[in-house]
Amino acid sequence: MRIGVPKEIYDGECRVATTPDVVTQLKKLGFDVAVESGAGEKASFSDDAYREAGCEVIDSASDLWSKSDLILKVRAPESDEAARLRSNQTLISFLWPAQNPELLKQLTDTGATVMAMDSVPRISRAQKVDALSSMGNIAGYRAVVEAAQHFGRFFTGQITAAGKVPPAKVLVIGAGVAGLAAIGAAKSMGAIVRSFDTRPEVKEQVESMDAEFLMLDFEDDEDGAGEGGYAKVMSEAFIKAEMELFAEQAKDVDIIITTALIPGRPAPKLITAETARSMKDGSVIVDLAAEQGGNCELTVPGEVAQVDGVTIIGYTDLPSRLAAQSSQLYGTNLRHLLTDLTPEKDGNIVVDMEDEVIRGTTVCKDGETTWPPPAPKLSAAPPKAAPAPEPVKAKEEKPRSFVGPAIGMAAAGLALLGLGAVAPASFMAHFTVFVLACFVGYMVIWNVTAALHTPLMSVTNAISSIIVIGALMQISSDVPIIKWIAVGTVLITSVNIFGGFAVTRRMLEMFRK
Amino acid sequence: MFEVNEGIIQVSYIIATILFILALGGLSNQETARRGNWYGIIGMAIALVATLVGDVTQNMGYLIVALLIGGTVGIVAARRVQMTQMPELVAMLHSLVGMAAVAVGFANFMDPERLAHYVGVELTIHDVETYLGILIGAVTFSGSVIAFGKLSGRISGSPLALPARHWLNLLLLLGAIWYGYQFVVDSAAGAGMTPLIIMTVIALLFGIHMVMAIGGADMPVVVSMLNSYSGWAASATGFMLGNDLLIVTGALVGSSGAILSYIMCRAMNRKFLAVIAGGFGTGGGTPAAAGGEDQGEVVPIEPLETAELLLDAKEVMIIPGYGMAVAQAQHTVFEITRTLREKGVNVRFGIHPVAGRMPGHMNVLLAEAKVPYDIVFEMDEINEDFPKVDVSVVIGANDIVNPSALTDPNSPIAGMPVLECWKGKVSIVLKRSMATGYAGVQNPLFFEDNTRMLFGDAKATLDEVLKNL
Repeated sequence: MRIGVPKEIYDGECRVATTPDVVTQLKKLGFDVAVESGAGEKASFSDDAYREAGCEVIDSASDLWSKSDLILKVRAPESDEAARLRSNQTLISFLWPAQNPELLKQLTDTGATVMAMDSVPRISRAQKVDALSSMGNIAGYRAVVEAAQHFGRFFTGQITAAGKVPPAKVLVIGAGVAGLAAIGAAKSMGAIVRSFDTRPEVKEQVESMDAEFLMLDFEDDEDGAGEGGYAKVMSEAFIKAEMELFAEQAKDVDIIITTALIPGRPAPKLITAETARSMKDGSVIVDLAAEQGGNCELTVPGEVAQVDGVTIIGYTDLPSRLAAQSSQLYGTNLRHLLTDLTPEKDGNIVVDMEDEVIRGTTVCKDGETTWPPPAPKLSAAPPKAAPAPEPVKAKEEKPRSFVGPAIGMAAAGLALLGLGAVAPASFMAHFTVFVLACFVGYMVIWNVTAALHTPLMSVTNAISSIIVIGALMQISSDVPIIKWIAVGTVLITSVNIFGGFAVTRRMLEMFRK
Repeated sequence: MFEVNEGIIQVSYIIATILFILALGGLSNQETARRGNWYGIIGMAIALVATLVGDVTQNMGYLIVALLIGGTVGIVAARRVQMTQMPELVAMLHSLVGMAAVAVGFANFMDPERLAHYVGVELTIHDVETYLGILIGAVTFSGSVIAFGKLSGRISGSPLALPARHWLNLLLLLGAIWYGYQFVVDSAAGAGMTPLIIMTVIALLFGIHMVMAIGGADMPVVVSMLNSYSGWAASATGFMLGNDLLIVTGALVGSSGAILSYIMCRAMNRKFLAVIAGGFGTGGGTPAAAGGEDQGEVVPIEPLETAELLLDAKEVMIIPGYGMAVAQAQHTVFEITRTLREKGVNVRFGIHPVAGRMPGHMNVLLAEAKVPYDIVFEMDEINEDFPKVDVSVVIGANDIVNPSALTDPNSPIAGMPVLECWKGKVSIVLKRSMATGYAGVQNPLFFEDNTRMLFGDAKATLDEVLKNL
């Protein structure tokens, strides 16, 4: 089959759906690949680079669309692009079917198979196909770069000959893929990073990146995790507490990066105009939710706004602003999807509607709309399945009763007294030695390291053949049977003495640094 | 023989005792361990020479011949033994100590001067000492022989659960006590051989039955318990002969073995008595009960991909189990470790206390393969590091990495401390098949999203991985 990659026609879109590196991989799957001339130009991939990778370069878009069996795109097709689609073709791109019902209808009517990269189910197996995560990651990184661009100071704190520079304080709201990427980027530039998310389970992830997780002082344990690992709408009281936290933080921090999105809804307004204005002069807000209306009331989607000395960045094309990187990752996501689609590696795709990933991604096929898909069987973080069994404590801490040991000790004491009353002095002398030796052994052995337990056993084994002394005492007996038993005992214990020490030595020789 | 002062012999014994204590103390870490072994050897030599000079008046020729033959056998065995067979060798050596205790006890009883030496209470005490020495010796002997058979695979590892086995044990115990009484009574009258022999048979049966009832996974406890018994046997013999050196040494060994057993039990979160009562570990592992709850899917992986994962990792943790010993894969493991370390990957080993068939088994195997001991860690030292680990490689281990020990209170291994490898980024589990471990518990680790299964013989697959590094 032939893959065609047209030039993105959306204004300002710099990404491209495949890169020369990915082309090489696609050819291994048995595909022929063609790109439209200049498709990768804005992402710094020249036509020549594509040619070197074994790709055909076609000048006209209409030729490319008509000659290809499989179209790979980044942005959802414009309606005139959609009009070019034929029934035997397959299109893979971002689509946002929920936001674009007319487009979905138009595509369905062509009879083509269309797969939406934004509808990949959120299950572990599909992570390599998850373009939203790839793009989120880039957007988060880029958000920090944009913030740095508009922020008038260092991120990192320094003590210089010309005075002290305080570190920048960054607040990241929403610790999803983009949020975590932003935390990582800001942290590595030296800023102090705080983060907030409605889903308490991301606390660990935030802290693992060395950022501070802000806790809400809120009595109800409300869990913000919705289906598929995304956030959900929170209760009114929760939102109120949350807004208070942001208002308070805004006075302290220099940069706020907001990434709060709830699937299929306008972005929640978390930073009110008042909160934004209360920030220090020179502060920056980067609103990653600008396309869905923005988390900040003052955000102008696609623009950089200045309000009372605060810069509010509302770019909606952050991944496109890092075009080479995002094209590479997006291309690789597509390649992984195509690998799943071509089980035979013969360049022919099989849309297997039994496969959960492929089923979820396919939005229309054979003139029928197949979106939305049935709910995925497994969620990335399952909603609390049944009351979780209480984790077993490693050690059961029972309140220690003194009665048991006391009775034991008393019994042992009485037994000893009884023994002392009847036993002759010679026995008691030996017995004293015995009891003391037990304690010495107890004290000494606890110091032995676990790694040396085997040598310990073999050496104690050799030592316990001190029993040979018993045989030595008997060997000079005049009674033949005693003599012969003693000789036999010497024989077997000497196996033990020599064998035990020798094998211990051999083992210890092996332990080395 | 020339006359030797009794005091000099006593002093030699004290020196030997001190050297033995130093020998055990020396094993507290690797640097002093070799010195410790030498202390033991010197102590033994001093004790032997002192006794030879002090007590042996004739038959020196026989003695030297026996010593030479036994010594040669011992050294040859020590040289030849494979490190994977260490548990067998140790069990075999234990049985010899038990046998020696029995022999010394019988010889002592047959000594015609016995009745002349002891009278009244002293005779009774002496007889009880003799009796106990033989009893413990016989249990040690037969128990160790069975343990040897199980460890070397000559006897099935599965526990033999006779009906009413606890009653049987009780019956044997009562029998031993009854014949002990008979023996003391008869002995004062100059007889007593018959009850002594019957008791020895009972003790032998008891030893066999006790170890037969214990499964493969509990072997570390059994081996250390027998180690302890061999010490108590020596100690009882020391009482019988009135020899302090024997008493002290036996007590040292006995408490050492007892502590090891305790450590092993704690590592499995099991009560000592429950282990001895037996019936826990099974032989080859049984497949999970069919129709049980759906565990999800396992994700298999190929050696090539494993090699790539390892090369991309910064922190690798290797968790060996008995499967590594069975497959003799330790040398390949070391080669992989060395290659990765040369490439700047931090490879460490995490050892569970009951991994293998004997306390410290894995450490010895890794040492044999020349793995430096400073990258080999105990469970408690590294368990908290797992979140930072990129790849954990589990080689032939199962129950010691089973998360249900911590999460499922109904699991048979609930509460047992385990290596928490599932907290790392990826775990690769090497296994021959999906059979369960010795505890017969299905392992949810295999179905975790971040677990990859590398099926096949550990040695063969690891060789393949090494080739791709």
